Parts: sequence; structure tokens; C-alpha cells
Amino acid sequence: MSQTKERQGRLRVTAVGTVLRAQIAGEIDHHSAKALREELDRQIYLHRPHELVLELSGVAFMDSSGLGLIIGRLVTAKEVGAVMTLTGADARTRKIFEMAGLERMRGLTLEGAEEKRKNV
Amino acid sequence: MKKKCINRLALAFPALSVNEGLARGLVGYFASLPDPTVEELADVRCAVSEAVTNAIVHGYGGGDGTVYISAWLYSDRTLKIEVRDRGCGIADVEEARLPLFTTDRSGERSGMGFAVMEAFTDKVRVFSQLGKGTRVVLYKRLKDTENE
Repeated sequence: MSQTKERQGRLRVTAVGTVLRAQIAGEIDHHSAKALREELDRQIYLHRPHELVLELSGVAFMDSSGLGLIIGRLVTAKEVGAVMTLTGADARTRKIFEMAGLERMRGLTLEGAEEKRKNV
Repeated sequence: MKKKCINRLALAFPALSVNEGLARGLVGYFASLPDPTVEELADVRCAVSEAVTNAIVHGYGGGDGTVYISAWLYSDRTLKIEVRDRGCGIADVEEARLPLFTTDRSGERSGMGFAVMEAFTDKVRVFSQLGKGTRVVLYKRLKDTENE
């Protein structure tokens, strides 16, 4: 479906030392999550980082399938002994994270949480 | 004054995951016509995406089928959006609506679909019959516009 590629989730992955940084952009839904999942898992197993950083500031849309994608990648990260950090999530995305209790999950850090407490 | 329907949308499309974006795009456009806030529009798009994903992933289990959407806009600025499938139905609707509940075993589904729909709309009604299908109705009252 190349004609829809622009609107779907896009991924840029950079490995620096033991940190694997993945920038996700576009729309994350059940449809786009599949390709993102496969590529992220491939990169995680390839680099076996100590820390996986998911950078979400370019995400234009995300629903609970995106949440599933993130929780699933936390499992993959743990398999290779990595911790995971989420950065750049907007207020709506953080609301979905909060509903699922993501901030209480072990091995996961949510950046930008302090700033949010001030705003709400 | 009794509220009346001032706009109406009906869609039918195959249960393909690529149509999740189509559905929230089209229903989002319909919902944008009464000039909602950016926040309200994003709420509607997200709730519709959840309901359509449920129909495709759970109703039809990834197989063939048609997803039906009807949407109404009423004079009191209430949006009513119905997402319907003729799939397998839900055995226990109350259980399915619980946060984190999922029948999925892959570990890739968060079980938060209904919780997200509830958080981003005013009311969610679910009607389901095993073997017949599921109908999810979302209600969202848009704030009054300032220039009216």
C-alpha cells in the first residue's frame, strides 16, 4: 500500500553506543503497528541495546493499538536486557498511557511526566 | 425544543486494516463540519478508530466481512456514531469493556479499546449477539461555538 505510506507510521532508528533511539512519526493504529513492530523488533535483536528510547513527538495519531505496540516492545526490550524510555508523547497519548498504568510498569520511564502534572 | 437530526453519514467498507484510517478520516471530516474544537475532533477520531479496529480484529477476527458506520449530527451538537459488524459477537459485553481485558494472545493488544472510547466520548453503548455481530454506539456532545 505505497500510496498510504506517508500517512502511516514511519520509523527512523539510530544506534549510539548502547542506546537505540527510535523516532516514530505519522499515524499509529492497528494497521501501521504491524510494520512498526516488525522493524522495531528486528532492530532491538540486531543491536541488543541497554536502553531503547522511543521518541514520539512526530506521532500525529495514536490509539490503543499504539499502546499495544509499546507494551509489546517493552517485552522485547526486556528479553535483551534493555530498559525503555518514552519521550515526546503529547497530552492525548499520555492520557492513554496513564489509563493503562504505563508509568507503573517496571523497566519503563516516561519522560515529560513532571511537565504534565503542572499542566493538568 | 426537541433535537433534530441535521446531518447524516452512512458508510460500508470491507474489514481491512487499511480502512481504519479511512474510517477515522471520513467520520472525522463529518464531525469537523459543525466546527468542533481540535481536542473534540481528535477524541472522535480516536474513539472511531478503536471501534473499527475492534470490528476488524475481533468481530471478523481478521477475516472477510463488512464494517458499517452510521453517524448523525443533531441540532443540540450531539454526534452519534454507530459502528456495526456482522461478526462473531461478544460473549460477555461487561467483561469485554473492562480495561486491560483482551481475548488476544499475541501480547500486542492492550485491551484498552473500550476504555479509550469511554474516555474520549460522553457515552458508549454496546449491543452484541453471539454469532450475529456487535453494534457500538458512541455519543459525543460538542461544545457550543462562541460565535453563535
